[in-house]
Amino acid sequence: MTGQTDTMMRKFEKVCEIIERYNNDSSKLVPILQAVQEEYRYLPEDVMYYVATSLGIPSAQVYGVATFYSHFALTPKGKYLIKVCDGTACHVKKSIPILEALMKRLKLTEDKMTTPDMLFTVETVSCLGACGLAPVLVINEEVHGLMTPESTIALLDNIIAREEAK
Amino acid sequence: MSNNDKGFVQINGQNVAIEGERNLLELIRKSGIEIPTFCYHSELSIYGACRLCLVDIEGRGLNASCSIKPEPGMKVKTATEEIREIRKISVELLLANHRVECPTCPQSSKCKLEELARKLGITEVRFKKAKLDHPVDLSSDSLVRDPNKCVLCGDCVRYCREIQSIGAIDFAHRGKHTVVTPAFNKDLAKVECVNCGQCAAVCPVGAITVKQDVDKVFAALDNPEKVVVAQIAPAVRVALGEQFGMTSGDIVTGKITAALKKMGFDKVFDTSFSADLTVMEEGTEFLERFTKGEKLPQFTSCCPAWVKFAEQYYPEILPRLSSCKSPQQMFGSLARETLPKMLNVKPENLFIVSIMPCTAKKFEAKRPEFTHENLADVDAVITTQELSRMIEASGLNFMELDPESLDLPMGFKTGAGVIFGTTGGVTEAVLRFAVEKVTGEKLNNVDFHQVRGEAGIREATLEVAGKQVRMAIAHGLKNARKLAEEVKAGKCNYDIIEVMACPGGCVGGAGQPVNFTPGTIKRRAKGLYEADKMLQLHKAQENPYIIETYEKVLDKPGSHKAHHMLHTKYQSRRRISDKGMPLMTGEGTDKLSIKVCVGTNCYLKGSQSILKALTKDIESRGLQDAVDIQATFCFEKCGQAPNVMIGDQLISKCTFDKAREALNAELKKKTS
Ligand code: SF4
Ligand code: SF4
Ligand code: FES
Ligand code: FES
Repeated sequence: MTGQTDTMMRKFEKVCEIIERYNNDSSKLVPILQAVQEEYRYLPEDVMYYVATSLGIPSAQVYGVATFYSHFALTPKGKYLIKVCDGTACHVKKSIPILEALMKRLKLTEDKMTTPDMLFTVETVSCLGACGLAPVLVINEEVHGLMTPESTIALLDNIIAREEAK
Repeated sequence: MSNNDKGFVQINGQNVAIEGERNLLELIRKSGIEIPTFCYHSELSIYGACRLCLVDIEGRGLNASCSIKPEPGMKVKTATEEIREIRKISVELLLANHRVECPTCPQSSKCKLEELARKLGITEVRFKKAKLDHPVDLSSDSLVRDPNKCVLCGDCVRYCREIQSIGAIDFAHRGKHTVVTPAFNKDLAKVECVNCGQCAAVCPVGAITVKQDVDKVFAALDNPEKVVVAQIAPAVRVALGEQFGMTSGDIVTGKITAALKKMGFDKVFDTSFSADLTVMEEGTEFLERFTKGEKLPQFTSCCPAWVKFAEQYYPEILPRLSSCKSPQQMFGSLARETLPKMLNVKPENLFIVSIMPCTAKKFEAKRPEFTHENLADVDAVITTQELSRMIEASGLNFMELDPESLDLPMGFKTGAGVIFGTTGGVTEAVLRFAVEKVTGEKLNNVDFHQVRGEAGIREATLEVAGKQVRMAIAHGLKNARKLAEEVKAGKCNYDIIEVMACPGGCVGGAGQPVNFTPGTIKRRAKGLYEADKMLQLHKAQENPYIIETYEKVLDKPGSHKAHHMLHTKYQSRRRISDKGMPLMTGEGTDKLSIKVCVGTNCYLKGSQSILKALTKDIESRGLQDAVDIQATFCFEKCGQAPNVMIGDQLISKCTFDKAREALNAELKKKTS
């Protein structure tokens, strides 16, 4: 079995577990979606249908909640999720130029923050709790501190080169 | 209790007694002062979002009157300079976010936004026009959704959820991107919407409107080859007059007939005639089931919104639905069968129009089972409102028209077929047939007051020839859901259940003139009971033309021919998503596809544990690369849940053992 299949099955089981853990209680929709998103890194449409079905609520309601809170994502994210911190400390230490450099290099726009090849998604977050290292960015779970636009691009180019070599 | 005890609120300096009003808004309106509102609807929960109903309460400042309880001693001002200015700003903001195309909008002249702008004397919009580029949703046979006109009052959302218990549409996104939409921005035709149209009836603007079919009818009238006939539903005759300044409940059948004839209709018939026919068929079907004690309670099937609702949510009760087509469709079948010869017209040139109080009838007429050899049993369905527009467009002065009589034979009806248009009417009409049939004696008192009334769910028991007939009547789908749940759980002992999706029954249909004046629906229902009184006959079985129709065409009630022409089948339709969730994708080339349904019914019946066990089994036997496993939504076989599809074989009432057996058989086929 391929690794991917393994993951899909495991994730689905996880979703079932989450719903069970919350006793199929529709008033817990937000925490359920949160937990589901942790599994998939976004909220796939079919999974949201599954959640609606098992909670016995209309899918329009699930869709409404999922689109209301900005921390829910309805589109899949790239293999590399780059979070640029824009908390106060990072902002003061010039995190925005870093974001702009990333967007320019990856040809992203405000409406489209994932590259078409699904390799990168760029997001801003408020305060990653590492203000001492400001400005900070996180690529997948890895924290990079004291960044500049230049060092960020260098980091990015490294990943791209590694991916191309595959 | 003296007036003093109740307490008073001072409104613009005048004392108004509090008499149980739920909020200040109702109290102010009672005193004769109109307060503008978008998001207030007396039957729905309070939302308090539009801020138009602001009033000034002494000591408390500006407050939304819909969300405040009246308290004795309150001093309220309803139209200060400040309030007027805030209302103006609110309306201007709405206009800036609204696709303004009033002269061509179907809501034109009944639009609350248009009316408010005029009343507040708004001559310019001081805000920047928003970008309005939502696509208009034309997918539904009954409704048109234009989100660019939505003022986000949420009336439709709450109606669909609170009164119909469906929730097909909801708010999505936030801030300036907020829209009211079906799930995942899908087309309305692709979701749970049952086409009742009540969302359109409550929408204060033109954001949800009834799909217009007037042009089709005018085109047929213009075509010299076509012979155009009409059927008029019972509820239309007691509501159309409202559009021309008459009172709700006034019976205008004769004027409608005259108007249609002037427009060029060749024949004008009555859906009450085919409702009489429905009584004969449904009554016969009921007596047969009642005697045998099977498939009870029998649910009525004349409301197409209820039928779709049952198909979606209660597939297991579908066998209990009466197999009778609705009166609209019975008329269509019979007209297609008899009229070509009677009117000497080629079948393809016969154009059948129905005039209905209902938007779901548009959907019903388009159900594939009601079209044969490319000819639909009903070609076009227009609502009461559309009829009034046709009358105006034809330049007729409705009030001046002299009544004309309907055409025979299908224009002749009894009172039984007329009361079909109100909640309780179908039950009463069937009783007038069944009681006489069972007792073998002439029924003299035809009024069954115990089934009439307004309560959302009503029960009655009637003793007939020593046997108890237990009846329940529901209107509004939330009430229907309650009864369906009880039946599903085996918790009730009714013999017959009547369901109409719209509160009040067809008289409250969404195709009727919009009229929120309290008592409107009751007056329309009263009109129908009066029409019944005025007719010579009150029992379907006494209709001479029904008797003749059986003799000439249908043989007898419940006959083979009658079944072929007047009965139908239902299908479960729980499909909410076409997509499945891929769970295991093998690497082999010739893979066996396994689909396990995780839709509501199958989920409840434990499909998820079959899925788990099956996957484990496949893994333990190292078969991962030989299969593709998907979790899917609904095979439309919910009655036999859980369902698993292995290869091309659908296994209903599946168990792990059954699935494993099928899996092995299929795998063997592949290797051999
Ligand atoms: S037509 Fe009825 S079911 Fe459909 S969205 Fe409107 S209120 Fe809901
Ligand atoms: S569609 Fe109509 S009823 Fe629904 S929220 Fe918009 S304006 Fe209100
Ligand atoms: S502000 Fe950036 S980590 Fe705290
Ligand atoms: S009617 Fe009161 S806030 Fe809308």
